[in-house]
Amino acid sequence: MDHALAPPEQAWHPVSEQLFRVRRFLLVVVLAPTAVAGGVLLAVLATPWLAVLPVAAAAVALAWGIVALRRNQRSWRYAERADDLLIAHGVQFRRLTVVPYGRMQFVDVTAGPVERRFGIATIKLHTASAGTDAVIRGLPPEEAARLRDRLAERGEARSAGV
Amino acid sequence: MTVDRESGGSGAAPVPEGADGVKSLDAEGTSAAAHEVDAADGVRGRRHPADPRTSAEVSRVTGGASEKPPASLVPPQPPPDNAEPRRLHPLTPVAKGWTAMAAAIAIFGQHAARTQETQLGIAVAGAVFLGALLWGLLSWSFTVYRIEDDDLRIDSGVVFRRTRHVHLGRLQAVDVVRPFIARLLGLAELKLQVAGGDSAEGSLSYVHERDAQALRAELLARAAGVRPDAGEAPERPFVAVPMPVLIGSVLLSFATWTFLFPSIGLIFVGTATGNTALLLGCIPLFVAAWQFTVGRVLRYFDFTLSESPDGLRLAHGLIEHRHQTVPPGRVQAVRIVQPFLWRPKGWVRVEVNVAGYGQDENNSENRESTLLPVATREVALGVLSRILPGVDVGAVPLARVPKRARWHSPVRRLGMACGADDRVFVARRGILRRETDVIPHAKVQSVRWTQGPVERMLRLATVHLDSTPGPVRVTASLRDVDEALRIVDEQAERSRIGRRGEGPHRWSARSGGSLGGDRP
Repeated sequence: MDHALAPPEQAWHPVSEQLFRVRRFLLVVVLAPTAVAGGVLLAVLATPWLAVLPVAAAAVALAWGIVALRRNQRSWRYAERADDLLIAHGVQFRRLTVVPYGRMQFVDVTAGPVERRFGIATIKLHTASAGTDAVIRGLPPEEAARLRDRLAERGEARSAGV
Repeated sequence: MTVDRESGGSGAAPVPEGADGVKSLDAEGTSAAAHEVDAADGVRGRRHPADPRTSAEVSRVTGGASEKPPASLVPPQPPPDNAEPRRLHPLTPVAKGWTAMAAAIAIFGQHAARTQETQLGIAVAGAVFLGALLWGLLSWSFTVYRIEDDDLRIDSGVVFRRTRHVHLGRLQAVDVVRPFIARLLGLAELKLQVAGGDSAEGSLSYVHERDAQALRAELLARAAGVRPDAGEAPERPFVAVPMPVLIGSVLLSFATWTFLFPSIGLIFVGTATGNTALLLGCIPLFVAAWQFTVGRVLRYFDFTLSESPDGLRLAHGLIEHRHQTVPPGRVQAVRIVQPFLWRPKGWVRVEVNVAGYGQDENNSENRESTLLPVATREVALGVLSRILPGVDVGAVPLARVPKRARWHSPVRRLGMACGADDRVFVARRGILRRETDVIPHAKVQSVRWTQGPVERMLRLATVHLDSTPGPVRVTASLRDVDEALRIVDEQAERSRIGRRGEGPHRWSARSGGSLGGDRP
């Protein structure tokens, strides 16, 4: 990716492809029943051939969604620098977050039931600011645990007051 | 009287004062005077609170006209035992529960009057009243606070016991609030703001006014790391907002002309024509308009900003009196706001982010975050130079946004600019209502670079410097992509260096303190 946000000198880590699979799964889970329900409703209330419309719409949405999710998953990356953590993601709406280790107040690692099934976890860094939007999605659990410990250790070493 | 924390006047580091001092509002041709406080006599150097030499100079210092007598607030008694449990004031249930009691009486009284069941009504109202009182007394008797070394410990709760430890090393600010009823009863609430806590963090309501003062002095002294019985630190008034200026500032606001006066007019019309629907319809409008107009006058009545070794002190309020103390170095970010109608007068408002305040996002007015409700720009900059020593906000070079930003926001781009020097980052925006945000590098929590689709097409990006919750959000919008990335890089570097220079939590342990202290 031509990203101005990925200076080559940094060792950027990508996130797991499982993030894409989780989201694709969720997309199908939402779209398929909606399309079926819409189709049945139209077939019953109007003429049967109208049932094709919601299904076609869902297919288009699915195709577009899969492409978008793929690109989004590939856009996620993070880099551990000496004093701060960089997180970049987004295709249409790009963002890069720089969180100094000394500013971290606590680190959350979460994994919902679906995420757990696909073997990924989410890590969230909290600072004293509510605006800080430092989330890394789609980390393999062992990487999440490693990162958590590493962040905690570095945060401890560089802790500053508020 | 034990005022060995006395400071100022001793000229520990007599900083040459004058040009950057606070100017009076008189100079701007306004009728009223925000008095300039002793910028001339050079009593600006802050002495280390524990410096033994200062006590010898107390008498001389207290002779200054601008000193408030600290002795009257602190009874000359030995410091109370640390862990000795203390109770709130016995009148607390009345002060706390008066609204519920009054409401019960009003509702049932009205009900009784309408239904002629007077005795039943009185009985129910009485029962509710007694119940509320008993519950209040019960919860009062279960609430105990004590000071254990570095912690204020509050035990409370009748059914579910709760123990709260407020770590004084993390103290961000102390408020003494006296709502109207509490004032009548001679009570005050002590609110301790701690970073990262919820809004109810460490509140003692209610204690006797005198105890509140003494307790505040003790807590601040402990937080500063000096002797807890050092007594109230002296305060020097610094800026006062005179009544005519305050009223003028409200008269020069859109809320007054677009909401308050029309709603008053409609109420008159409604009363005159007997149109109840119109009358009822106006009341919410009137109440809202009142909040932003007359409410402001009442809230910022007799506003004084003082400085003391403990930090900035704000005192204001006609009906509810509020006395806030923000220790040195606790201000996270500052905003100077100039509403459009204030421009001819040259007035501005100063708002700040203090960790602990401003947690309540729903409170749009965010009253605790106002450092100066109205003052001339010179006064505001003078105040800023004391909060952020060595920073001249006016001198920070600002760069405008590229011309192609007009395709994104054709008008707003004209007001946008940002820049940095070695201490602070400054971002400006607004055409009619101008806002200038200032954040010291050392206080930046995180840096964000964002870019939407339109910005991407125009090769623009936006940089956010995150501060603690509060009214100030520092955003450098619509910068050139490369410039934005450079800002992010430089900011990360500057913040790193800035943080290294930050002192410990205890401000007395810092060499100069950041309030009125040495310059770098």
